[in-house]
Amino acid sequence: MYQIDSKKELAPDIKLLEVHAEQIARKAKPGHFVILRVDEKGERIPITLAGCDVNKGTISIAFHEVGKTTMKLGSLNRGDYIMNVVGPLGNAAKIDKYGHVLCVGGGVMVAPLHFQAAALRDVGNELTTVIGARTKEQVILREEMKKISSELFIVTDDGSEGQNNLDFLKDLLKTRKIDYAVAIGPIVLMNEVAEFTRPYKIKTMVNLNPIMVDGTGMCGACRVTVGGETKFTCTDGPEFDGHSVDFEELMVRRRMYVPKEKIAVLFYKTFGECL
Amino acid sequence: MIKKSTEMPKQRVEERIHNFNEVALGYSEDQAVMEASRCLQCPKPLCVAGCPVGVEAPSFIKDIKERRFGEAIRKIKEKNSLPAITGRVCPQEEQCQKTCVMGKAGDPISIGRLERFVADYERQKGVAIPPRPKPTGKRVAIIGSGPAGLTAAADLAKLGHEVTVFEALHEAGGVLMYGIPEFRLPKRIVQSEVDYVKKLGVTINTDSLIGKLYTVDELFEQDFDAVFIGTGAGLPNFLGLPKENLCGIYSANEFLIRVNLMKAYRFPEYDTPVWLGRKVAVIGAGNVAMDSARCALRLGAEEVWIVYRRSRREAPARLEELENAEEEGVKFKFLTNPIKFLGNQYGWVCGMECISMQLGEPDESGRRRPVPIKGSEFTMDIDTVVVAIGQTPNPIIPRTTKGLQTTKWGGIIVEEGTGKTSIEGVYAGGDIVSGAATVISAMGAGKNAAGAIHEYISNKKRLNRSPEPNTPRNLSQWIRSQNT
Repeated sequence: MYQIDSKKELAPDIKLLEVHAEQIARKAKPGHFVILRVDEKGERIPITLAGCDVNKGTISIAFHEVGKTTMKLGSLNRGDYIMNVVGPLGNAAKIDKYGHVLCVGGGVMVAPLHFQAAALRDVGNELTTVIGARTKEQVILREEMKKISSELFIVTDDGSEGQNNLDFLKDLLKTRKIDYAVAIGPIVLMNEVAEFTRPYKIKTMVNLNPIMVDGTGMCGACRVTVGGETKFTCTDGPEFDGHSVDFEELMVRRRMYVPKEKIAVLFYKTFGECL
Repeated sequence: MIKKSTEMPKQRVEERIHNFNEVALGYSEDQAVMEASRCLQCPKPLCVAGCPVGVEAPSFIKDIKERRFGEAIRKIKEKNSLPAITGRVCPQEEQCQKTCVMGKAGDPISIGRLERFVADYERQKGVAIPPRPKPTGKRVAIIGSGPAGLTAAADLAKLGHEVTVFEALHEAGGVLMYGIPEFRLPKRIVQSEVDYVKKLGVTINTDSLIGKLYTVDELFEQDFDAVFIGTGAGLPNFLGLPKENLCGIYSANEFLIRVNLMKAYRFPEYDTPVWLGRKVAVIGAGNVAMDSARCALRLGAEEVWIVYRRSRREAPARLEELENAEEEGVKFKFLTNPIKFLGNQYGWVCGMECISMQLGEPDESGRRRPVPIKGSEFTMDIDTVVVAIGQTPNPIIPRTTKGLQTTKWGGIIVEEGTGKTSIEGVYAGGDIVSGAATVISAMGAGKNAAGAIHEYISNKKRLNRSPEPNTPRNLSQWIRSQNT
C-alpha cells in the first residue's frame, strides 16, 4: 500500500499526486514510469513520473481523469492509499549537455516533461519550451516551465491562448540553432514535432505511452515498431528516436481498447463502486 | 488387481465451456482409497525416482489406503511444499506415473490425483504448520515467487533461515497466478499455498522488481547472505512475421495475464478488459496454447483453432490438456504454419495466410522437422490471434547484475545440481536457467538450490560487502538516517 502525501489540482480534471514510495524515489529518474493499480479490482496502468523527492520519499504522478482508473485515482485524497505501485520502470531519459534543447509537451504529459526539462537545464542546456493543451484552462505548469526555459510558447487547440497549432515551429527552427529536441505528449504531437525537426536532422527523442499490462517485458502489449524493428516500450524504451518510430501503428494500437474503456466509464459513472 | 484407474469426476463439457470454474473435481475419500489400494507397494519403487523433488509416493499412498490422510499429506510436504498445485499441473504421465509398474499391465496409479486429494483434504481441515526451527540468523533473498522461488523459500525457512521473497507483480505465485488459468488451477489454491509458505516465516514483498528497485548487489548491501534468482521465462516469443503488430494479435502471456491475473473475464466488475473476436487462432500446441484456446472458448469465441506446424504426436502439451481442449470443441490445424497476417483498413487482423507442412528428417530435438509444402498456401479467416510459441528468460536481472554469466539465449549459467551461478552467493533455478519448462522441474531446481544455499551460508562467514561496517539491516532505514 502506498500512501498519498499530497494532492493538487493542476487544471480541471488534471491532478498531481505525491505518493509515498521511498525506494522508488531513490531510483527514479526523468523518463522512468511506474505501473499502479488503484484497488483490488483495478487494472494496471503506466504513468510516467513527473518528479520525485528523495528526502520526503515520494514520487509525483500527474494524470488526466479520462478513464475509470484515472477517475478512481482522482477520487483519492491525501492520506488515502494506492494499492500497488511498481517501479521505476523503463530506462531513464538520456540527460546530457546538448546545448540548445527544444522541449515540447502536451496535455498532462507536460508534467513529466517538466521533470526531464529541469534535469536537462541542470546540466547546462538552454531550453526553448512549447507546452500545449486543448484549452487555456488545461495548460499546466506554466510558471514552473517559464522558470527553467529561456523562452516559452503556449499552444491551445482552440486558440484561447497562444498559437492554435504547431506550425510556428517551422519558423522557430529556422531562426534558432536547436541541437536536441524532446517531445512528450499525445502521439499526434510527438509525430508532428518529429516531422518538423526531421529536415534539420535534429535528434528528437519521444517518450511513448502505449497500452501496457505488466510493464516488465512479459506481455508485449506495448510493442512498437522503431526503425523497422519491433521493440517493447517497457524494457527497450520508453524513450525512442522520434524519427524512427512508426507513429501510425502506435496510434492504432493505442486505441484498441477505446470501446471497452467507454463501457468501463459508463458502468463506473452509473454504478460507482457498487459493481 | 484392478487394472483400470479410478476416474476423477470432471465438470460436464456443456457446462464448463461457459465458466472458469475448475474442470477436474477431485476424488472423494472412497475414490481415493480405491485408487490407493491398487498400488503394489513395490519394495524398490520406480515412481520416487521419477519425481523431480523425490516425493515418497508408495509411502503416502499406503497412508491413503489406510485412511490416514493427515499422515499422507505430512509425508508429501516433507519433500514438496506445494502439493495442491503439483497434484493439478504436474505432467505425472512423464514422471512418477511413467515408471509405475502397474502401467505395464494396465493404468499406472494416479499418483497426481491422490496427491491432489490429500492436499485438498488438508486445506479443508486446516493446514498444519510445522514448528518454527531455531533462527540461524542468516538471511536469504529470493527473486521471483513462482514455483522455483516458493519452493526454495519454503525449504530455507524450514531450516531456520530468514527468507524474503521479492515479486515484481502485485500477487505472489508467478506463472501459477498469471499463466495457468483458473479452470485448471484455481487461484484460491495458489493463494493458500502461498499463505502456507508465509506461515513458515517467509516474507513476501510484492511490487518489487529486482534490477530496478534494488540490484542484486544492493541486496547483499542489505545484509542478505545469499540470493536465489527464480525469475522465470517471462518474455514472450513472437513469430517475426509481417504485420504481427496488428490489433487483435496477442502474445499468450498478454492474453493469459489479462484473463487470469487481472480477471478480465469478469470485466467490467474487474477493470481490465480483454478484446476477443469471433474466430480465434492460437499458434503453438504446448500447454500455454491449450490454456489460451480454452480461455478463448470460455470468453465466448465462436471458433477456436490451434495452429501447429508439426502433427498431433509432436504437440508438447500434456495429453490430458490436449484431450480436454478437443472435448471442449477447440479445432486443430496440424501441419500448418502461419506465414503472414492480413489486416483491415482499421489496423485490425482479419486473416492469416498459412502454408501446409509435412514432416521430414528428425531435427536436433529428435522430432521430425516440419517442411513447407510448396504451393499449399491458404488463408484462414480469423480475427484474433494468440501467439503461444514459447517464452525466453527475463533479461532484467542479467542486464543489471555485473558478472552474472548467461548463455547466448539469455539463460543464467549454473552448476548442475546446486544452481550456483558465476557470482559467489548467487544461485538460480527454474525457467531462468532451463528455458520454459514445467512447474515441478522449477520446484526441483528451487529445492536443489535451497540445499546448496543452506550449505553455503552455514559454512561461510558473512561477506563484508556492506557499504559501511555498521550498516543497519534495512537499507531504507540507513538512507533515512543519512538524510536526517
